[in-house]
Amino acid sequence: MSGIPHDHYEPKSGSEKWLHRRLPVVSLLYDTLMIPTPKNLNWMWFWGVVLFFALMLQIVTGIVLAMHYTPHVDMTFASLEHIMRDVNGGHFLRYLHSNGASLFFVAVYLHIFRGLYYGSYKSPREVTWIIGILIYLAMMATAFMGYVLPWGQMSFWGATVITGLFGAIPWIGDSIQTWLLGGPAVGNATLNRFFSLHYLLPFVILGLSIVHVWAFHSTGNNNPTGVEVRRGSREEADKDTLPFWPYFVMKDLFALGVVMIVFFAIVGFMPNYLGHPDNYLIADPMVTPAHIVPEWYFLPFYAILRAFDGDVWLVMLTNWLTFGVVDAKFFGVIAMFGSIIVMAMVPWLDTSSVRSGRYRPMFKWAFIGLCIDFMVLMWAGAMPAEGIYTTVALIGSTYWFGYFLILLPVLGVIEKPLPQPATIEEDFKAHYGDTGAASANPAE
Amino acid sequence: MFKKLTITALTALTFVGAGGAMASEGGGHVRDFKFSFEGPFGKYDQAQLQRGLQVYTEICSACHGLQYVPFRSLSEPGGPTLSEKAMREYAASFEIFDPEIDDYRPAKPIDYYPEGTYPGAPDLSLMAKARAGFHGPSGTGLNQLFKGMGGPEYIASYLLAFTDESKEEAGTVYYENPVFSTGWSAMPPQLYGDDVEYADGSPTDATSIAKDVSAFLMWTAEPKLMARKQAGFISVIFLTVLTVLLYLTNKRIWAPYKPKKSV
Repeated sequence: MSGIPHDHYEPKSGSEKWLHRRLPVVSLLYDTLMIPTPKNLNWMWFWGVVLFFALMLQIVTGIVLAMHYTPHVDMTFASLEHIMRDVNGGHFLRYLHSNGASLFFVAVYLHIFRGLYYGSYKSPREVTWIIGILIYLAMMATAFMGYVLPWGQMSFWGATVITGLFGAIPWIGDSIQTWLLGGPAVGNATLNRFFSLHYLLPFVILGLSIVHVWAFHSTGNNNPTGVEVRRGSREEADKDTLPFWPYFVMKDLFALGVVMIVFFAIVGFMPNYLGHPDNYLIADPMVTPAHIVPEWYFLPFYAILRAFDGDVWLVMLTNWLTFGVVDAKFFGVIAMFGSIIVMAMVPWLDTSSVRSGRYRPMFKWAFIGLCIDFMVLMWAGAMPAEGIYTTVALIGSTYWFGYFLILLPVLGVIEKPLPQPATIEEDFKAHYGDTGAASANPAE
Repeated sequence: MFKKLTITALTALTFVGAGGAMASEGGGHVRDFKFSFEGPFGKYDQAQLQRGLQVYTEICSACHGLQYVPFRSLSEPGGPTLSEKAMREYAASFEIFDPEIDDYRPAKPIDYYPEGTYPGAPDLSLMAKARAGFHGPSGTGLNQLFKGMGGPEYIASYLLAFTDESKEEAGTVYYENPVFSTGWSAMPPQLYGDDVEYADGSPTDATSIAKDVSAFLMWTAEPKLMARKQAGFISVIFLTVLTVLLYLTNKRIWAPYKPKKSV
């Protein structure tokens, strides 16, 4: 599958040959599992497996929950209580599903930031990166619609605020918002279409994930050095890599086990910690909550959305230049979507020829700044949009855009990178010493 | 390896920690009461739930409903666990409206508590979870994480926090209560001490009564709390064993490639 030389499936028995001539499915599985993987991958490389597990967990628990759920504004809230009280194990299933969303986003953020640090987005892996961003967008849509389904206060008002973003688009916004909601306001039509799409989108994510895996199986994995696997001969490739099965499957499963311990402790002992208590109040269109906040994983982007109010000179300038078409609200919407678009564009914004942040002394600091910035934005997003918090959010948003649009293009030019190891084998030996076994044929 | 693993775990925990950073609502006046059901091994105190049930029935139910709580659950495990007979008799003391006969009749075990009768008095079924939102200090959620402060603490604090001040606005009397989000509550103070008489001779000062009814309302909001904690505990034990085995397997298969690390 990948361009790295490795051994391929060869049907031996008669029945294997029979099937292989008609459908080479065993071959596909074998080549996928046996992909040569850089042997120096570190502990930031297991989040992909956690993400796959989270997707499966959400699909399985979600399908069972849907068997007991009633999507109707008059019955939804009570049907949730029915799941929590009467369905066998329903309370645990629901908490697995709601906290599963948090697990999904913890994993995806660490996965994305891993890619940002080690330059996994750089040529030739741009397509893997872009598909990854598409998966992330689909995840956000799925999580947002899923949050509406319990029909609590935050469900209702979150849906009102987020669909209102589309209403901020000049001229056609109102029509788009009505089209999304299925009516003039969040109501029964909204609940039903969100339920339908919440069920559909995970399968779109599954399809995209398969393409995501296919893409990096074509280019080969990145690794902490950013140095490519040697492909000149089978011997060279074997010195740099080990097959995914069993070496990385076992390593990833162990890491997944550690993550699962933490996850099940949260589900068992504090399942409501990450949720908003107002969602245990039934949706009431007549009562607006004091602070409408999204789930924690949307907070950094929510902060960017709210950071640009009418007092920011850039907003005023844009407003004046566009003859008032782009007002503060629409500017915020553009900024929020823009913050993800700049992340998608990072393969072309980063000008450095060095892939891994390990060998980029100045980039390292800029990246640490981005991590801190992400946490600060998350905190600012949880706070009311007033006083010091909007200033903090504005500074945080500025750094976010500054990192992608200014720091990454400039650092590639002015930075003097550290020497990189010539091969992955060299890097691995520096850590673990020389060994004869490393040159043995690992696939056997 | 463990150093890197620790760093990874800490990073993940930072995300989770920041996740608790929801909008803080007041909360400065909420007191940290000790409840038997706090912590990973906490259990409901059956006698306390029965006392709380008595407080709800004698005081709260005059205005507030528990529309998501079926009477049968009063005798289910993990709750007040009334005897079957006591539960049936208790249910029959409530009159509920039956659309089939188009009239009121005594409630049966399969029926739910009636909705509140007083306009504006919120349903209490889920109140202990709906009022768990004072993620202090500074929106970090640390009080909730480390002290186990949540909805029951809020309810007990609220019941005890009334000052003697009241005011009238547009025909409604409001009573000053610093725990309540607006500082002024439409509900008058309810507890003065000795408001109920317990059969088991437990103390009936206002604080004890407030704690008892708060514990009961935590049960109405989260009736499967004990089953959930047990399932969580078993999951963690099994996953720990599995993870240790995976660790040893992983170490073994990598050993030929990592001579420095293999012992």
